[in-house]
Amino acid sequence: MARIEVRAEVTGKVWKVLVPAGSRVEADDAVVVVESMKMEIPVTSERAGTVVELHVNEGDAVEDGQLIAIVEG
Amino acid sequence: MFNKVVVANRGAVAARVLRALKSLGIRTAAVYSEADADLPYLNLADETYAIGAADPRASYLNADALLEVMARSKADGLHPGYGFLSENAEFAQRVNDSGANFIGPSPRWISAMGHKTRARELMATQGMPMSTSSDLLDEDEQRTLAQALRVGYPVLVKPAGGGGGIGMLPAHDAQSLLQAVSQARSMAQRSFGSSELYLERLIERPRHVEFQVLADRHGNVRHLFERDCSVQRRHQKVLEEAGAPGIPRESITQVADTISAILAKLGYDVIGTVEMLYDGQGGFNFLEMNTRLQVEHAVTEEVTGIDLVKSQVRLAWGERLDAVLPERIEINGHAIEARIYAEDPVRFFPSPGPLKAFELPSGEGLRVETGYAAGNRVTPNYDPMVAKVIAHGATRAQAIARLQQALEATVIEGVKTNIPFVQQVLRSEEFAAGDVHTGLGAQLLDRAKAAKAATV
Repeated sequence: MARIEVRAEVTGKVWKVLVPAGSRVEADDAVVVVESMKMEIPVTSERAGTVVELHVNEGDAVEDGQLIAIVEG
Repeated sequence: MFNKVVVANRGAVAARVLRALKSLGIRTAAVYSEADADLPYLNLADETYAIGAADPRASYLNADALLEVMARSKADGLHPGYGFLSENAEFAQRVNDSGANFIGPSPRWISAMGHKTRARELMATQGMPMSTSSDLLDEDEQRTLAQALRVGYPVLVKPAGGGGGIGMLPAHDAQSLLQAVSQARSMAQRSFGSSELYLERLIERPRHVEFQVLADRHGNVRHLFERDCSVQRRHQKVLEEAGAPGIPRESITQVADTISAILAKLGYDVIGTVEMLYDGQGGFNFLEMNTRLQVEHAVTEEVTGIDLVKSQVRLAWGERLDAVLPERIEINGHAIEARIYAEDPVRFFPSPGPLKAFELPSGEGLRVETGYAAGNRVTPNYDPMVAKVIAHGATRAQAIARLQQALEATVIEGVKTNIPFVQQVLRSEEFAAGDVHTGLGAQLLDRAKAAKAATV
C-alpha cells in the first residue's frame, strides 16, 4: 500500500472539495479545485486510492506546494 | 465636461484611465481593495477610497460600495475600465439613475450584446456577416442532431451566456456532438450559471480579427480599423496587433464600413469592439460585440494616433464624434502588444507572488502599461496580467524586432511569467510570416515539447 501526498501546484483558494476524506479517488482525478487568478486548477492524485487525510476546507487559502491530502492505495 | 470621475477598476487599466482623465483636466477618484492599497497608480488620483476586502465580490464587483463612493465623492461620472462591472447593464443603469454618467454605452446596448445568441440574432437581421448557427438547444437529442445537420459538421458547441472560450467544444459527427453537448452543458452551468447552448459552424484555423468603433450619443459611429488577436493561450489573447497581417485592405475596409453603418442605424453609442472570426479566405464571421474599452486598445492608439480613452470620456459626456475625431483617420506603421501574465509559461498555471524585481523596458517605439512596481505583490485574487508591452514600428518586422528587444530587457523576479512563451511565438517562422491563427500558440508549444523529447 502506497501513501501519496497530494500537493497544491498554485497559490490560491480552495474553490471546491471534490473527494471528501474517506472517499475513493481514481488516478489523475482531482481531489480539490483551487481557484487562482480567475482560473480553476484541479489538484489531482497521481494514483487511485482512498483519501485518508484531507487537510483543507472549501474557502481555505493555500500556498504552492502545500499538502492538500494523503491518498492510500 | 465631467467635474469628477470614479475609476471603478484596478491595475493597468485604472492607471491608464487616471492618466487620460488628468490630461482632460477632470478630477479623479480611485478605488482599491484591501489587497491593492499599496499599488503605485493610486498616487495619480486626487482622492482614493477603500471599497472592501480582497475578494473581487467584496470590492471591484461590489456595486453598492462603488455607488457609495460616487455619492461620497460627489462624482458625476464613472469609468468602468474592462472586466469586473464594465459589461453589467444593471450596474450601468444604477450609475445613470443616481444622476451620474456611466462612461460606456447605454445600458440597453450592454444588455443587448451581453447575451450571445440574442446579439447574433440582432446582428443577423441587420446584415452582419456571420457563419450559420443553430437556435438554442433543448434537451431533445433528435432536435439537437437535426440542428447540427442544418448548421453542417464540423460544429462548435457554445454556451449562450458565456465568454472566454469556456465550455466551447468541437464536434465532427453525431456521436461526438451528443457527448460534447452534455459536457458543455455542465461546464456552462458551473461557470456562467446558465446551461443554454447553441451550435455554430466550426471554422478550422480561424483568425481572431476585431474592429474598434467609437460613437457619439447623437447617432454617429466610426470605426478605427482592425486588430488581429489570434495568438492566444487557453482562449485568452496574448499578442495583439494593428493591422491584421496578410488580409487585403479592401476587404478589411469593407467589413469595417459595414459594421459602422449597422451600428449607426441601430443607434449604438460611445465605444465598442466587434469581434470576428476570419476564415482565411475572405470571409468574416460575427462572434460577439464587447461594449467597453478593450485590453488591447493601445495598438489601435499607436497606429492611429487617437487616444481612445479620452475619446470615450468625451463621447460619453455628449460631445459629437466630428469634434472628437479628425476628419480622416490614417494608419501609421504597425503596432504589437504582448500581455505579460504572472504564470507558468508552459502550463499557464497562475504564479502569484512578490515582485522582487520588476524592470520594464523603455525606448524608441515602446510603450508600457502596468499597475505594479517593484516590491508590490501579485495576489491570487485577480487577473494574472502584470503589464502590457507595446511596440510600434514603421513596418511589422520592425515592430516585432522592437518587441523582442523589449522583452529581452524586461526583468521580472519573484513570479514566473509567460515571457518565454511570447518570445517563442515572436521567433517562430509562422508569426514572422503573418501566418497566425487561434491554434498557433498550442501548436508552437507542442513543437517545443516534441523537440525537447527528441533531445532527451
